[in-house]
Amino acid sequence: MATEPATETTLQGPAAWGEQAEKERVHGLGPWRLGLRRLRRNKVALLFGFLFILLVLVCAAAPLWADNIAKTGPTDGHLSDTITVNGEQKNVVGLDGVPIGPQYWKADGKFFLGADGNGRDIMVRLLYGGRNSLFIGVTAALMTAILSLLLGVVAGFFRGATDAVIRTVLDIMWSFPVIILGTALGVALALGGLKIGPLEIPGDSLAIPIFIIGLVYVPYMARPIRGQVLSLREKEFVEAARAQGAGPFRIMFSEVLPNLASTMIVFFTLLIANAVLLEAALSFLGAGVRPPNPSWGTMIDDGVERVATAPHLAVVPGVMLVLTVLSLNVFGDGVRDALDPRAKVRVEL
Amino acid sequence: MGRFIARRLVQMLFVLFAVSVLTFFIFNVIPNGDPAVRMAGKQPTEPQIEAIRKEWGFDDNIFVQYATTMKKVVTGDLISYFTQLPVGEEIKKGLPRTLSLAFGAAVLWMFVAICFGLYSAIKAGRFADRFLTIISLIGISMPVFWIGALMNHYLGFKLGWFPNGGYVEFTDDPLDWAYHLILPWTALAILFIGFYSRVLRSNVLDTINEDFVRTARAKGLGERQIMVKHVLRNSMIPIVTLWGLDFGAVVGGGAILTETVFDLQGVGQYAAEAVGQLDVPPVLATTMFAAFFIVLLNAIVDIVYAYLDPRIRLQ
Repeated sequence: MATEPATETTLQGPAAWGEQAEKERVHGLGPWRLGLRRLRRNKVALLFGFLFILLVLVCAAAPLWADNIAKTGPTDGHLSDTITVNGEQKNVVGLDGVPIGPQYWKADGKFFLGADGNGRDIMVRLLYGGRNSLFIGVTAALMTAILSLLLGVVAGFFRGATDAVIRTVLDIMWSFPVIILGTALGVALALGGLKIGPLEIPGDSLAIPIFIIGLVYVPYMARPIRGQVLSLREKEFVEAARAQGAGPFRIMFSEVLPNLASTMIVFFTLLIANAVLLEAALSFLGAGVRPPNPSWGTMIDDGVERVATAPHLAVVPGVMLVLTVLSLNVFGDGVRDALDPRAKVRVEL
Repeated sequence: MGRFIARRLVQMLFVLFAVSVLTFFIFNVIPNGDPAVRMAGKQPTEPQIEAIRKEWGFDDNIFVQYATTMKKVVTGDLISYFTQLPVGEEIKKGLPRTLSLAFGAAVLWMFVAICFGLYSAIKAGRFADRFLTIISLIGISMPVFWIGALMNHYLGFKLGWFPNGGYVEFTDDPLDWAYHLILPWTALAILFIGFYSRVLRSNVLDTINEDFVRTARAKGLGERQIMVKHVLRNSMIPIVTLWGLDFGAVVGGGAILTETVFDLQGVGQYAAEAVGQLDVPPVLATTMFAAFFIVLLNAIVDIVYAYLDPRIRLQ
């Protein structure tokens, strides 16, 4: 164990950020400018932030790759087709059922990352699957954020009976085993779709995993937000607003909400990461995106079953998933450190 | 203190009751959920369906159905719709496997996370700290079933270092038991190692700047003694809380993916299979089982906290 005087340690770590913030405040910068400045100094976080944007752009360009290079769609099977590799004919799926491995540019970009058990182009599925996974992740995170904000603010602000009811509901949701509940809902809804009045959602719609994922994370986010509202409403500036005659809505929208913004931003980034992971978990258990629709989760599920003969089927989508989640986690961490060095946000399954 | 415990227990029962009601009604309201039709096979005739409905009591009032089902949950007479096996027996069979997995993984992640977190904090800002931080972040970014399947394939199948699946009873051979569980333990622990080492790192960094640490240094204690007795011990309190909650969450459903990918046939895998068939009795029972562990560990953590910090009792 290293022996170091205490004074040296205080110059690093969170204590130092506080000191730095004190120093910078002298120049009269606002908290957002300070945060941005701290974030810009965190090169690793920025790098991973760019990586995430890059991944999104690459997945958004899926049709370009599919139409111009691979010349096939994400659900088109080529089970009995052959391709020409270096002037040699090869089966896309071998007679023993083992699909072809990564070809890179050997077949002009066809089956760039190989084929799956149904002879579908993995690269094309990976890109389209990424669109689905990211779309689900972002939309579900948005839904969680909105619901949590609503519940947290209402509970934290009106207190009393309203708070008690919301807290009990959140406690019950918290005690539900997330994966069992999510999978059960996914399987049940996929069978018959969902019909609420005039709104009809078919069983293979992406809206179902979005709805499930968006719902299960609500207690994890609503609880800390409620706590923050409770402490904010005791602050002097809220009292001042009330003394000026501001009503509860005015106080909520112009006094409390702006102060929740940094928590929301950090939570939102980490929520996307967790939503993408949960989509994969649900798909693995057969309750997320319905096949043949691609998503990273369904592709990993396919791959895990065939890992013994064609490990690339599991490795490729898994690496994409890990890169995406990792980039969001590192970036979210950086944003948190920049905006609120003292906060300890933790989201998990 | 007695009143606090009593209040906490009542709260616990209420949450369990609510979970059971919600689960039961969700699976009776969702479309295409009529179990009689699904139990009757591919092309059922109307009388067949009618007979099944009568036999299983599906034509009763839904509240009556709930009451009879809950009575069976308490007496342990619940029977699966599809396999016709008693649910209580199946859960009892899976329980030692799930507990073995959860307990071993929990010990492993706690131990590794303490090493990582402490070392990271001591080397704060240096290369070792950055490296461990990145490792932790990669750990929390990996889906457990993915890394589990790859570990199983490469370490278990290709290299043959570990057994390819299977489970040995602890009472039969403790060494073999551990040997068979190393891969599942590791796969499950990776995620938590990431979380815990990061939390511990920031706690240690906070504690290092406390006055009592300076006092300990001033009176000439060795660095090792300060780190272990003063800093680590005080940084551990929030971690131990998390540990209790997460252990409950892992037994209560968190281990589903690990069990499924390593085919351990614990309660989680049983739940996953039942959910796939929408087999309501096992889904209900495993959900209640899971919620019980989550709520129980929550209550224990609260009670221990209230014991340590009397202010909480008054809230």
